[in-house]
Amino acid sequence: MHAPAQVREADSPAVRLSQVAITFALKGGGTYQAVRDIDLAVGASEFVAIVGPTGCGKSTLLNAAAGLLKPSTGGADIFGERLSGLNARAGYLFQQDALMPWKTAIDNVAVALEPKGVPRAEALARSREWLSRVGLAAFADRYPHMLSGGQRKRVALAQMLIRNPQILLMDEPFGPLDAQTRQIMGNLLLDLWAQDRKAVMFVTHDLEEAIALADRVVVMSAGPAARIVGDYPVSLPRPRDIAEIRLDPAFHAIHKAIWGTLRVEVQKAYAQGEGGNA
Amino acid sequence: MRRVTLLAMQVGVGLAFLLVWHLLTAVPMSGGKPLFDPFFFSTPLDVLARTWKDLASGELWYHLGITLTETVLAFTFGAIGGIAFGFLFARREILASVFDPYIKAANALPRVVLAPIFALWFGLGIWSKVALGFTLVFFIVFFNVYQGVREVSPVVLANARMLGMNERQLLRHVYWPAALTWMFSSLHTSVGFALVGAVVGEYLGSSAGLGYKIHEAESVFDVTGVFSGMLVLAIFVIVIDTFVTAIEKRLTVWQPGTGAATAQG
Repeated sequence: MHAPAQVREADSPAVRLSQVAITFALKGGGTYQAVRDIDLAVGASEFVAIVGPTGCGKSTLLNAAAGLLKPSTGGADIFGERLSGLNARAGYLFQQDALMPWKTAIDNVAVALEPKGVPRAEALARSREWLSRVGLAAFADRYPHMLSGGQRKRVALAQMLIRNPQILLMDEPFGPLDAQTRQIMGNLLLDLWAQDRKAVMFVTHDLEEAIALADRVVVMSAGPAARIVGDYPVSLPRPRDIAEIRLDPAFHAIHKAIWGTLRVEVQKAYAQGEGGNA
Repeated sequence: MRRVTLLAMQVGVGLAFLLVWHLLTAVPMSGGKPLFDPFFFSTPLDVLARTWKDLASGELWYHLGITLTETVLAFTFGAIGGIAFGFLFARREILASVFDPYIKAANALPRVVLAPIFALWFGLGIWSKVALGFTLVFFIVFFNVYQGVREVSPVVLANARMLGMNERQLLRHVYWPAALTWMFSSLHTSVGFALVGAVVGEYLGSSAGLGYKIHEAESVFDVTGVFSGMLVLAIFVIVIDTFVTAIEKRLTVWQPGTGAATAQG
């Protein structure tokens, strides 16, 4: 309280969810509590993966951090400031296709700079640069439907990163992709992230992906009223290669420890009939 | 099927129809008379000859011009009105709820009953026909734009908002293109209805246009004239539709399935 604002900002985590519970009103009356008692802090240059069984409210947490959802109780602090409205410091990578289908790849990236008031010519030049960083320089004039699923994700990644957000929120971004493409995208993400180490909240149901990417893996319980049941540091050295790190014995030890917790929750979710509707 | 084969078969169907018509109306049968009386059914050659004569004399072009003008005006005003109100209602939920029963009622009304009223209000010139076409086009465009704006993908919208877009930017980059997509998908229908409005309006009371030509021929039992008018109308519709298809192709390059390049890798 007594510290100057700048100092406080530097010391504060990028995202802190405190005592967050989120309850939805159901259509036929009644309520559904998605998550409760969530306390989670993500450091300014920390890569945190969140895993949990299907339907446990992982995405709900991201939406709370993004400001797309207002928690029923508790709140989100972004660099020490209570969030109200949308989180302007965050970029969001959605699981589904979120590109504007009526814009070409380069226009989709360039439009992200418009709210910042960047002149069109400069925005296009910077977009071209970003497209080549994600390996799509030759595809700038394609519309999203002319790109493969992996290419669309690359465009979305460029669209998110060109705004230089301090927090990256990712909701199973590589979920719909095939195994090889996921590995390539994972390595691309780590390369880009290593350049300036933003805070990352990465939701996935793939534990191996979570360990390979993150500094910390947070495990959520089965829903409803899901909470955090485990928080594991991942002390594997960087830079990592997604494919090779899986062969590391340390990787196996971490995987074993986390899976012990996660398995119980997955089985609970499966017993509730949630396992079938992945 | 190859294009040439398909085209040959399409032309074949038309020729077969004309041949049967010709055999029934122009070829003398056992009694020395054709099976169908040409007075009631005309003959294909008469219809073609009449159409050619009208085209050559230049009279038909005048009437076509009138009908085309009415169609274009009805479509333009109807589309502008439909887009404006579709947008407004989709973005202001309260307006949509309040006006819902009235819009449904107005749309359910057969527009033909309005034609005499419009003739009374706007006279027998082109504007009463434009008004009739407007009432047809407006609702099609209105409903499509309304739907288009409301059914914008929530993910695309959430993404655009996370990119920091304000209401004006959302309108320009998300709502407007989404609404246009839906409008284009109904382009053929709405242009067709603009033409229907024009021709029906002319038919019910006017002194020019294709509908007037057909009505004039009918009132003197000139079946050849009626068929000739219908033939010209049909050709006119096909030409307009081809034109609309060309525009549509240009404006919807970003949509899948329009023959553009596809994903590779």
